Amino acid sequence: MVKYIGKRIVYMFITLILIATASFFLMQTLPGSPIASYNKLNDTQKAIVEKKYGIDKPKPVQYAIYMKNLAKGDLGTSFVFKGKSVNDLLAKRLKPSLILGAQAMVFGTIVGILLGMLAALKHNTFWDYGSTFLAILGISIPSFVFASLLQYWIASEWHLLPVGLWNDGWKSSVLPSLALAMGPLALSARFIRTEMIEVLNSDYIVLAKAKGANGFEIAFKHAFRNALIPLITVLGPLAAGLVTGSLVVEQIFAIPGIGEQFVSSIMTNDHATIMGTTLMFSAFLIVVIFIVDILYGVIDPRIRVSGGKG
Amino acid sequence: MRNENEQEKLTPEDFERVTIDAHHSERIEKPSLSFWQDAWLGLRKNKAAIVSMVVLLLVILMALIGPHLNGHAGDTQNLRHANLPPKIPGIEATGFFDGDGKLAGKKVDLYEMKKVDEYYWFGTDGLGRDLFTRLWEGTRVSLFIAFVAAAIDMVIGVAYGGISGYFGGRTDDIMQRIVEILIGIPTLIVVILMIMIMDPGITAIIVAITITGWIGMSRIVRAQTLKYKSQEFVLASRTLGAKDGKIITKHLLPNMLGIIIINTMFTIPNAIFFEAFLSFIGIGLQPPAASLGTLINDGYKVMENQPYVLLFPAIVISVLMIAFNLIGDGLRDALDPKMKD
Repeated sequence: MVKYIGKRIVYMFITLILIATASFFLMQTLPGSPIASYNKLNDTQKAIVEKKYGIDKPKPVQYAIYMKNLAKGDLGTSFVFKGKSVNDLLAKRLKPSLILGAQAMVFGTIVGILLGMLAALKHNTFWDYGSTFLAILGISIPSFVFASLLQYWIASEWHLLPVGLWNDGWKSSVLPSLALAMGPLALSARFIRTEMIEVLNSDYIVLAKAKGANGFEIAFKHAFRNALIPLITVLGPLAAGLVTGSLVVEQIFAIPGIGEQFVSSIMTNDHATIMGTTLMFSAFLIVVIFIVDILYGVIDPRIRVSGGKG
Repeated sequence: MRNENEQEKLTPEDFERVTIDAHHSERIEKPSLSFWQDAWLGLRKNKAAIVSMVVLLLVILMALIGPHLNGHAGDTQNLRHANLPPKIPGIEATGFFDGDGKLAGKKVDLYEMKKVDEYYWFGTDGLGRDLFTRLWEGTRVSLFIAFVAAAIDMVIGVAYGGISGYFGGRTDDIMQRIVEILIGIPTLIVVILMIMIMDPGITAIIVAITITGWIGMSRIVRAQTLKYKSQEFVLASRTLGAKDGKIITKHLLPNMLGIIIINTMFTIPNAIFFEAFLSFIGIGLQPPAASLGTLINDGYKVMENQPYVLLFPAIVISVLMIAFNLIGDGLRDALDPKMKD
């Protein structure tokens, strides 16, 4: 187990270094310059600006400096926001993203689990078909389509909630969280349904019934707990989906979060910020997948981690 | 009474000796079904999958012939006809699709106001381009990207996974280490980074989607190859002198075909999603080219006043995604009942 965790951590670092390296060199090949109105500057001015941001040095030296700073946790300086460090820029934007992500995750999985259980307990009835249909919709409809429709009807037609921005307390977070929650909701509903149907057919449920346990007790105490374990395996893809979703959903609702920053940095060629955000997203996903793999082994010892999913 | 009498009249000649032929018990009563016939029987029972297939065929058909149906070209700009709401002959009397649009909060027939005699079935955009034609042109581009990306994913994935699994040993070790590192890199990040360094366009999107898209397929194919290559029929074939190439094409691939098809069916909606996603955040296809993503992006910008611009592409992309997912589910149940989500 210790050996396995050690191996995984080494891999995680290799992956991160690879991503940092790849994104650094990809940035160099990007068309266009990060410095606004670069073409209007004369040569002396160009030299001054380039010196200020350290992009006058040869590429390998720049790379070495970047990696050295990275090891210290310094993501560099933004080109667009006058001399601001990327660390500060992202730190300020972390909170809205985390709130939205957490709300979407909690709401999505809880509602998803309830829907999945309902479908399994009322297998092959209207409730089953209804929740299965909802799950298919959630998996199929792209988050940005769902977000735009929510914004159109609930916010701008019915004026129930703010159209966007992050200045109206909890009300601002409702629609974006809902849009993000569709993915986790659908995935967990589908997953729990399949697991529950299987568990409900097992011998110990028959025994519980024979013992005289009522339906509620069977559903929650016996079946649910055993159906829950495999749900952890989908947490990885769920987190990845949330990150993808946050890019567009934050843009649609003009939420000052990490995803919105990433998209706008792409538009303004802000190399340092793009690299910083890329690394943050990657680190987040890599760590989530790692935790999921470890947790899975801890919760269900029958799964041999060393032969695990890699 | 008559029955009893007849029974009494039975003579030994009425009986005939029946010999049991041992071959009879071996006879197969029903015609034997091939793997595909069996799969089709299973799929046919799945109503959702069948309906999805019909819907999908309709959408594909419309993507092919839709742009030629109404005589408007998708890239002809006509500013006099800009921002017209949908108007369809025949059902305009019902109050839907009658060309009424909101102007300064009041309902007006914009067609009458702008003196337009033609019908724009799904309305026009801010440049006066016919949205019906553009919608199906966009659908065609999106489907093209999705099919090509899925096909490339399939070829690379099958080749990589097959080689890695079949030859094993050192080759497998090295190839799997590479995959382990690649799989740690979030797809979305790679896709966005790749697309940024290439000229925007269909090729860039396809390359970006396929650059990590094949990994899932390669892992599945590798696992399947490992499973089958140690089985007796492969050993028998090898003993009879079959070469590696023949074993792979004749014995391994046909056994894996089901799983490969299922997996491809799930890559297609994924590719549709990524294309639309990239175009929506503005780094996918560039105007004037249309895809479902760019159309949704255009529609989103004018959602407040012309919701129909967003509505139609949003419906088409949702229907496509649902159809592909349901067909994939159906195929999975039919081809491989052991697999579940």
